[in-house]
Amino acid sequence: MKQEYIISAYSENHIGLLNRITIVFTRRKVNIESITASESAIKGIFKLTIVVNDEKEKVVNITKQIEKQVDILKAFYYTNEEMIFQEIALYKVPTKALMETDQLEKMIRQHNARILEITPEYTVIEKTGHKNETQELFNGLTEYGVLQFIRSGRVAITRSPIEKLSEFLIQRDALLAKS
Amino acid sequence: MTAKEKETKRSKQQNVEISGSEAVIRSLIEEGTEIIFGYPGGQIMPVYDALYDYRNALRHILTRHEQGAVHAAQGYARATGKTGVCLVTSGPGATNLITGIADAMIDSTPLVCITGQVASPLLGSDAFQESDIVGISMPITKWNYQITSPDEIPSTIAKAFYIAATGRPGPVLIDITKNAQTGKFKYKYAKCHKIRSYIPEFPVNKEKLNQAADLINSAKKPYLIYGQGVHLSGAEKELKQFIEKTGIPAAGTLLGLSALKTNHPLNMGMLGMHGNYGPNIKTNECDVLIAVGMRFDDRVTGNLKTYAKQAKVIHIEIDPAEINKNVKSDIALLGDAKRILKLLHLLAEKKKHLSWVNEFKDAHEIEMKKVISSDLNPETLGIGMAEVVNKVSELTNSSAVIVSDVGQNQMAAARYSKFTTSRSHITSGGLGTMGFGLPAAMGAKLGIPDREVVLFVGDGGLQMTIQEFGTIAQEKVPVKIVVLNNRFLGMVRQWQELFFEKRYSFTEILSPDFVKVAAAYGIPGQLITKRKDLNKALQTMLESKGPYLIEVMVEKEDNIFPMIPAGASVSDILLCINDIKSSN
Ligand SMILES: Cc1ncc(C[n+]2csc(CCOP(=O)(O)OP(=O)(O)O)c2C)c(N)n1
Repeated sequence: MKQEYIISAYSENHIGLLNRITIVFTRRKVNIESITASESAIKGIFKLTIVVNDEKEKVVNITKQIEKQVDILKAFYYTNEEMIFQEIALYKVPTKALMETDQLEKMIRQHNARILEITPEYTVIEKTGHKNETQELFNGLTEYGVLQFIRSGRVAITRSPIEKLSEFLIQRDALLAKS
Repeated sequence: MTAKEKETKRSKQQNVEISGSEAVIRSLIEEGTEIIFGYPGGQIMPVYDALYDYRNALRHILTRHEQGAVHAAQGYARATGKTGVCLVTSGPGATNLITGIADAMIDSTPLVCITGQVASPLLGSDAFQESDIVGISMPITKWNYQITSPDEIPSTIAKAFYIAATGRPGPVLIDITKNAQTGKFKYKYAKCHKIRSYIPEFPVNKEKLNQAADLINSAKKPYLIYGQGVHLSGAEKELKQFIEKTGIPAAGTLLGLSALKTNHPLNMGMLGMHGNYGPNIKTNECDVLIAVGMRFDDRVTGNLKTYAKQAKVIHIEIDPAEINKNVKSDIALLGDAKRILKLLHLLAEKKKHLSWVNEFKDAHEIEMKKVISSDLNPETLGIGMAEVVNKVSELTNSSAVIVSDVGQNQMAAARYSKFTTSRSHITSGGLGTMGFGLPAAMGAKLGIPDREVVLFVGDGGLQMTIQEFGTIAQEKVPVKIVVLNNRFLGMVRQWQELFFEKRYSFTEILSPDFVKVAAAYGIPGQLITKRKDLNKALQTMLESKGPYLIEVMVEKEDNIFPMIPAGASVSDILLCINDIKSSN
């Protein structure tokens, strides 16, 4: 059964690594729904968050293939339930629409979105949330004419109280010290 | 001591600056490299220039094509267990390595490939002979890296050798920009022993080990299949001791061959599409299947849906990504085959599975009657591939290293060679690269000059890298070349005969007189068309000191059996052409 999974990979920061990771997916004809790369809480270690929609078996294998890359420290996969995650969306609508009716402002408030910038021509609105939430606001705004829209890749953090990577790094350091 | 060597010594002592190019050579020497296979060109010239001063310390073999260099390095690595090294220029030189790198990746062969690159200010500008070799080779290397500054050279080379040879070995590529080759820096070398993000081997899981031992001890029909992992971890002795104690019958994959003596009473033969009858059908009858250092390639498993469904599977494997990739294992023992087999041996009970082993022997009798005896003593006028291979095995007391190319010649070589020593069978397994044989045989012979190296090659495959006759002649590499000429791209023709109604679409191939071609390079040889001349010719070949070629005109439409048609179950192995007709 296909379902959404979040793959979270920790890497050394190297040029070309992102390429190596995406090759793992393209070779297996698995579509990447979104990908985010950023620094992690641990110095010098980068974190990649990749969202896919596929069967568990495939996701398990892909996670192993990612981890097999020399510069990857560790890769985990999670279901959506195991993580807290958000995406950020930006919408640009004509300011005229905002002036003509208070419906628009109401909608922004209802969706817990906020206005980032207003100029005479356009207004930029920001909303963070799950994809369906940012999509819902998009659907609502289309009535007023959305000039531009962008949604980010997912950022996610586990629900588990321990940071798996820190634990992992302690084990890894112990292993390396022994060898 | 030459002036240069004196200077090197001085620079070592005084910590003087040297060029990146010299650092490349000195780093290779530090890693124990004895031989490099390569081809020069503009963007690697500084390294070649540095090599000139070290030519007594480091032997360079100038192949006739970069593909020849990489296959030679593979042959060297497979025969010796050391890491093979290639040195080539940028652009076309680098891209010519690709086939061999892909081949080494899938067959887990340790290689370090060094490519020249345009100067870093020119990177990405489509400069002359610039190709993004790091990008191109990414999916087929274990690791690759571009060096743009000379001081990265020693640590990167150290890392490359460490990654190539440890864990599941594989090819590594280092691309070095020209300015990094010419720039100077203070050289210092330290070998690499650890990388934080790369753990080549995990500690053995004791609990799983016990579970595996329990399973093995209670098995009625245990069966062990071994792959190249046994060679790679040097576990030949442990494998033998383990099966001898437990009485478990064993069979090898194509790349596992020679890890266990062919004539060992518990060695049941070869697995796979053209493997032996017993080893294939018994896979679907055993109750415990112990897979050692093999990756369940589809040429071994056939249809996965019907593969070993009745068996509990124990998978001994160093690469975590291979666990449950193709075949789900009940117990996965992650780690080095040698260590795990040693530990399992301690826990395993002494047993004899006589009636089970006899079942294999019965299957062998069937194969003997239906396939082997007629392969070895054909009633046809034309010579069969099997009898040639068998004769070579007899004449060399099964002590030669057998290298093969790809096709029917490869399967005949694998089926009819007997092996007495480990690392005696070198062939392109996973990628099935035609053209692999000739350069690989040359590389193998250079690595193990004391052993006889015999190549079996088809008329098609030989012409893919035939230019390496030149290298063999120049370097006087005494490889023995046996061309099995069926005037067809035989293996494809066989498929056309069996599955495409004999529509021989573009598989008939006209070849030159190979004996004359070899002679033009200064390699002696003979053409054999009659069975009665074969023995003597092979003797002459084996007695000759230098390289030698024998072209045998074999039966045009000979077939390799048994055969598991692609996608069929291992139980549905066909023993002869009539089996196919009746199954259609
Ligand atoms: C580079 C490459 N191209 C194509 C193939 C497909 N192929 C596999 S076997 C074969 C025929 C080989 O013919 P030959 O070298 O004459 O050997 P034979 O099978 O007759 O022993 C071909 C074309 C291949 N394996 N490698």
